[in-house]
Amino acid sequence: MEQIPVLEARNITKRFPGVIANQNVNLTLYRGEILALLGENGAGKSTLMNIIYGLYQPTEGEILVNGKPVQMRSPKDAIALGIGMVHQHFQLVPVMTVVDNVMLGSESVRCAFLNREAAAARITELSERYNMAMDPYALVEDLPVGVRQRVEIIKALYRQADILILDEPTAVLTPQEIEGLFAVMDLLRGQGKSIIFITHKLKEVLRVADRIGVLRRGQVVGEADPKTATQSSLASLMVGREVILEVEKSDAHPGKAVLEISDLRATTDLGDTALAGVSLTVHAGEIVGVAGVQGNGQTELVEVLTGLRTAKSGTIRIGGQGMTNASPRRITEEGQSCHIPEDRHAFGMVDGYPITDNLVLNTYYQSPFARGITVNRPAIEANAAALVEKFDVRTPSVHLSGGSLSGGNQQKMVVAREFSRPIQLLIAAQPTRGIDVGSIEFIHQQIVAKRDEGVAVVLVSSELDEILALSDRIAVMYKGEIIDIVDRDDATREGLGLLMAGVKEA
Amino acid sequence: MGSTFWKRSSLISIGIALFLVVMAVLVNLTSLSQYTWLRVLFGVSALNFTLRASIPLVLGALSGILCERSGIINIGIEGMMLAGAFAGFVAKTNTNHWPLMSSLIFSVLIALAVGGLMGLLHAILSIRFRMDQIISGTVIIILAAGTSSYLYDRDAIAQGKFSSVAIPGLSDIPVIGPVLFDNPPLTYLALLLVVVVHVALFYTRWGLRTRAVGEHPRAADTVGINVNRYRYVNTSIGGMLAGLAGGYLVLEAVGQFQEGMTAGRGFISLAAMIFGNWNPFGALGAATLFGYTQALQNELLLAGVTNVPRQFISMLPYIVTIVAVSGFVGRVRPPAAEGKVYETEGGTE
Repeated sequence: MEQIPVLEARNITKRFPGVIANQNVNLTLYRGEILALLGENGAGKSTLMNIIYGLYQPTEGEILVNGKPVQMRSPKDAIALGIGMVHQHFQLVPVMTVVDNVMLGSESVRCAFLNREAAAARITELSERYNMAMDPYALVEDLPVGVRQRVEIIKALYRQADILILDEPTAVLTPQEIEGLFAVMDLLRGQGKSIIFITHKLKEVLRVADRIGVLRRGQVVGEADPKTATQSSLASLMVGREVILEVEKSDAHPGKAVLEISDLRATTDLGDTALAGVSLTVHAGEIVGVAGVQGNGQTELVEVLTGLRTAKSGTIRIGGQGMTNASPRRITEEGQSCHIPEDRHAFGMVDGYPITDNLVLNTYYQSPFARGITVNRPAIEANAAALVEKFDVRTPSVHLSGGSLSGGNQQKMVVAREFSRPIQLLIAAQPTRGIDVGSIEFIHQQIVAKRDEGVAVVLVSSELDEILALSDRIAVMYKGEIIDIVDRDDATREGLGLLMAGVKEA
Repeated sequence: MGSTFWKRSSLISIGIALFLVVMAVLVNLTSLSQYTWLRVLFGVSALNFTLRASIPLVLGALSGILCERSGIINIGIEGMMLAGAFAGFVAKTNTNHWPLMSSLIFSVLIALAVGGLMGLLHAILSIRFRMDQIISGTVIIILAAGTSSYLYDRDAIAQGKFSSVAIPGLSDIPVIGPVLFDNPPLTYLALLLVVVVHVALFYTRWGLRTRAVGEHPRAADTVGINVNRYRYVNTSIGGMLAGLAGGYLVLEAVGQFQEGMTAGRGFISLAAMIFGNWNPFGALGAATLFGYTQALQNELLLAGVTNVPRQFISMLPYIVTIVAVSGFVGRVRPPAAEGKVYETEGGTE
């Protein structure tokens, strides 16, 4: 029996000035299935979904919902057709409550006034049916990321969506939250909803999808069956070449202590305890991974180590010199330390500056880039040309703005700059967040290469895979403390998961 | 942290308000009225003056709230107010021969309309032409000041203004009656508007969408709300309220127009809006505080109870404004998307 697809995209082509984002893309989605759409950043997944959600109009091609061709001029039309979308960057107003956010645009109204009670009852009913507990009157800004995502899903269900598009839903979640999301997705599928799950994470695709579509450079390059596909077969389909998933590295040869942290304490911006006495020593030539569920003090630890946050007490020594609450410049210069920040747009680069200038942000005031009070343009450009080449930053010109690069290339630019001066300590926070497989591979190799040169590396990451792939020792943070430090060889995913949840065996 | 701060400060404000009411009642009804200082601080005349001085600030602040809650910075309240005042004056002088009431109401409507047009102009400049909203607001101010003084006919005289309407019963309450319930109509209207704007912002569909548009326009867009339409409408209504403030000055407070008669009230309104954390009742409280300092300045000079040079006493309202706003500036939180042009995704095609 031939089933009618709930959603079908036929020969979708989308051209932007100078770019073809989608070319002849075909896609079908049946009732009660999870279709995974796999592709690297920039492969055209988001564009395709924005077309299906009515945010973009396709240049060519048509969309069919339940077998009928439809025209969508705005998300309003898509919502009316039962399509709901959970955006990668949550579309929630932080200062409003869950109920206000959910009903926004489809308000329940009684005599001209908002009927919050009715909407809240509906939300409670939906959250019970799909096992996503939440308080309808909580402020969104107070909710953890995982719950915010549930609010987004409820928002779509509230509008009676039958087709749910989840755009990179796991990118911001912790391992536990990801499991929770998958359970919800199973439940939704069981109740006849159809889901398009967009991601670039291979393991997740194999775990939840019924079918897999792979997008590369705007085209569908293949379909795969999760029962037969493997991570490496998917990866090569996605990237278009063989990908080494394992990072090749030899054993570490730790030298003298480079970073010595003792009983470090600090607070968050709101004055809550963030670091409750952290002690850690990192030696030359080793990578210490700092694992933990987001929000257990990792961000603050990195900020204190790089001079961006004031420590309340405790000491930091870098290369034997006291660096507690030293200025960032002193830490970079005398401490010979460098920093790959968690949020590259806020701390790692100036989006509007050209690549040339972004590459000297840490050295612009030194010779040869500065001559007295003027800058030495030729030197800056020569530096940029060399670094772009060496670190494989793909750009038509070094004069384009840093913000015009893709995420992976932006991150390579940051790494190139940070590695361009002599260092003894590298502090890398989420170095591969939200970037493509090719760039991840490259950055991992660079980090390992630095270790082999004798640099001490602190790697903070919420991706357990990354921690396990790169670290020589693993420190697990829980509630502002390092709850345990384990050798890589003794570490297991399960053991680390327990530590991350605060469970320490006696 | 934020919420406890606001709970505390609203408790403090309520405390101060209660203290003032008690003192006002005591001073005006008991033998305490013999003390000049107390009369200066809490006399019925000081309180009346406070209300009169704060009404334009309240309307100006509401104007700012409507615009900024939808994400458009309105630094041009001063100009919209002046334009409203001038338009109201011109309308009044041209309808002097009409019955007083209809002439006044007509003039108020003209002030509203011209204020609204100024708001619309601000919206067109900042949305359609993507002009920086601070610049656009400044343009509005200069435009209003220049046009009104160029067109101002010094021989024109407006005859008559709104007079007080005592509310039966309520106006007989001692102290509170004469202060609150024996006022001209625009004063009642302004106080009523505080409640209306509050309810509209927080309890209606329009308000919810307005706030969403000002906080996170993309979120509003993805649920099918037309972001720029809300901004146009809000900025225009905001302009009307500023125009009404100008109309109040000409048609109720002074009775005539003078060049530059808004005299910085638009900017103090802006301060009241910020001090009140973009909330109508907060703005009312702030406007009352600023109005009170103006009243105090006036009463101190009249009563002659101090030897401090009058220039320093005249500084009082401005100093209080500066202190209040600078003390609060780190505490308040403006709408997140304020001042940013919103472009629909793929909307340019």
